[in-house]
Amino acid sequence: MTSDDMEKRANDRLNIDHTWYTTRISQRHAARKPYAPADPGLISSFIPGTVVEVMVSVGDTVNEGDDILILDAMKMKNRLKSHITGKVTAVNVIPGDRVSKGAVLAVIECC
Amino acid sequence: MALEKKIRELKEKREKMLLGGGEEAIGKQKAMGKNTARERILAILDDGSFSEYDMFVEHDARDFGMDKKHLPSDGVVIGTGTVSGNPVAIFAQDFTVAGGSLGLMHSRKITKIMDHALKMRIPLIGINDSGGARIQEGVNSLAGYGEIFFRNTISSGVIPQISVILGPCAGGAVYSPALTDFVFVVDNISKMFITGPEVIKTVLGEEISMEALGGARVHCETSGNAHFFSESEDECFSQIKKLISFLPRNNEARAEVVEMVPPDSSYDINRIVPGDPTLPYDVREVIRAVADGSDFFEIQEMYARNMVIGFGRLGGRTVGFVANQPLEMAGVLDVDSSDKAARFIRYCDAFSIPIITFVDLPGYLPGIDQEHAGVIRHGAKVLYSYSEATVPKLTVILRKAYGGGYIAMGSRHLRADFVFAWPTAEIAVMGPEGAANIIFRKEITSASDPDEVRRQKVEEYKEKFANPYVAASRGYVDSVIEPSETRKLLLHGLEVSSGKHVQMPFKKHGIPPF
Repeated sequence: MTSDDMEKRANDRLNIDHTWYTTRISQRHAARKPYAPADPGLISSFIPGTVVEVMVSVGDTVNEGDDILILDAMKMKNRLKSHITGKVTAVNVIPGDRVSKGAVLAVIECC
Repeated sequence: MALEKKIRELKEKREKMLLGGGEEAIGKQKAMGKNTARERILAILDDGSFSEYDMFVEHDARDFGMDKKHLPSDGVVIGTGTVSGNPVAIFAQDFTVAGGSLGLMHSRKITKIMDHALKMRIPLIGINDSGGARIQEGVNSLAGYGEIFFRNTISSGVIPQISVILGPCAGGAVYSPALTDFVFVVDNISKMFITGPEVIKTVLGEEISMEALGGARVHCETSGNAHFFSESEDECFSQIKKLISFLPRNNEARAEVVEMVPPDSSYDINRIVPGDPTLPYDVREVIRAVADGSDFFEIQEMYARNMVIGFGRLGGRTVGFVANQPLEMAGVLDVDSSDKAARFIRYCDAFSIPIITFVDLPGYLPGIDQEHAGVIRHGAKVLYSYSEATVPKLTVILRKAYGGGYIAMGSRHLRADFVFAWPTAEIAVMGPEGAANIIFRKEITSASDPDEVRRQKVEEYKEKFANPYVAASRGYVDSVIEPSETRKLLLHGLEVSSGKHVQMPFKKHGIPPF
């Protein structure tokens, strides 16, 4: 890319300390993920894998630290535990399901 | 006669070795658009200067049928030669021999030439084209990599180390290039990754092509692992030769001084930077307007473009340029640009290359992503490397130098030897808008017409502080100069600091915020 091309495309705007600058926004900045605070009620796969066991059903009451399910990934059987005390309102998987990273596997609602 | 016969024998043996993995394998290599290992070496070195060592070295592995396998030169070519008359040590993995896989003897050849390069204090060029560890040789392959990494580290900052990725370079093998100074890649030929697409698919269920995972473009634009991108091997070889022309042979030598060429007269330095501090321009034009022959050899051109780094010459001597780029992200400092600048500053310092800094930045990039990515420790690298550098440091403030960004970009406080400011410079704790909003918050919010009061206060602040003279009145800036005086004063500054001597306190080494 020649500098002329770059200059032509420098018509985005960026605010730093209350001042708007005319510039070019980098792809990385444009594609950044908006921040979302973690929801402690969601049991999500932190890694892709296979569900080997589900210990709870919808309606069950669980305590913080209780096992919810076992996810087999990277040759490890990972126990996914509840972050909160509450009631299971959804179980989205059954043993044998392959899940991708970040999938919501179960939902616990706080009492 | 016996001697003639022996010479003929030698020639035959050599010819056999020069064929590497044989014609069929060479055909495959060519079909991929790749040169052979020896062709690559010959293309980089001066004609007739290559002296090959260890041509007849072979492995002595016995397991898995290896005892029956004949691997010419054990899949790697090593030797010495010259680039524009300067001696270099070089190795090139030969993909036509067992996929360039690294076994014990293969690694011994590489470490032999590395030891040689360090002992002779000459640059090392490594051409990587290898499928990875030679699995049949087991832990001996791992030992081989470890010995290479150790030498890369010990030689770091002593001799220039250049890595050229001309094929696959996967798994642990990537760490040798990563430990060297500059990594060259070629589009569609270079592939670098720790775990390849197959493993990623099996383990994570995610599909990606080799090119998208670790191709040349990815490493130049996204990961920042590579420094020079080219479309072909030939283009890559000319880049390597050009880079070497800027570098000293080792950390006790100086880069070759070439005849001074004035900048191209078509660059009008008075017309590059807009007076309005919110408008963009290409800071590389400023560098070209100042550098000998308007020749600027940019490094990592496609990565963190808000920071520009590279080599050029002033008065025939190599200098390193570091500059904020207002064209991209307003020239802010962020995680990637800090990392990019800091490493380059340390490179220049290690090899006695003076650092010329052009400053025009509004500060640090705000954002949750930046804070969570560790902009604190990455930003600290810039402070660390400027402070620690004892080479001549010359700084020119072109326009904005706000807040922490002002301090970080080669300021007097980090021991710049010369700080010049253009009359367009605004050296202040922050931009006028932000400062007025904080200082005059009460007046503005309680006014019957807040917008009008804000406008007035911003103007007031601009008038009083958005200039180079407050900093100049404290001696933080040595002189406020006309843009057209820049080159002359930089040349003068380099002349004055040519005998610069700084004594640092004894230490084994510092603890930079890696």
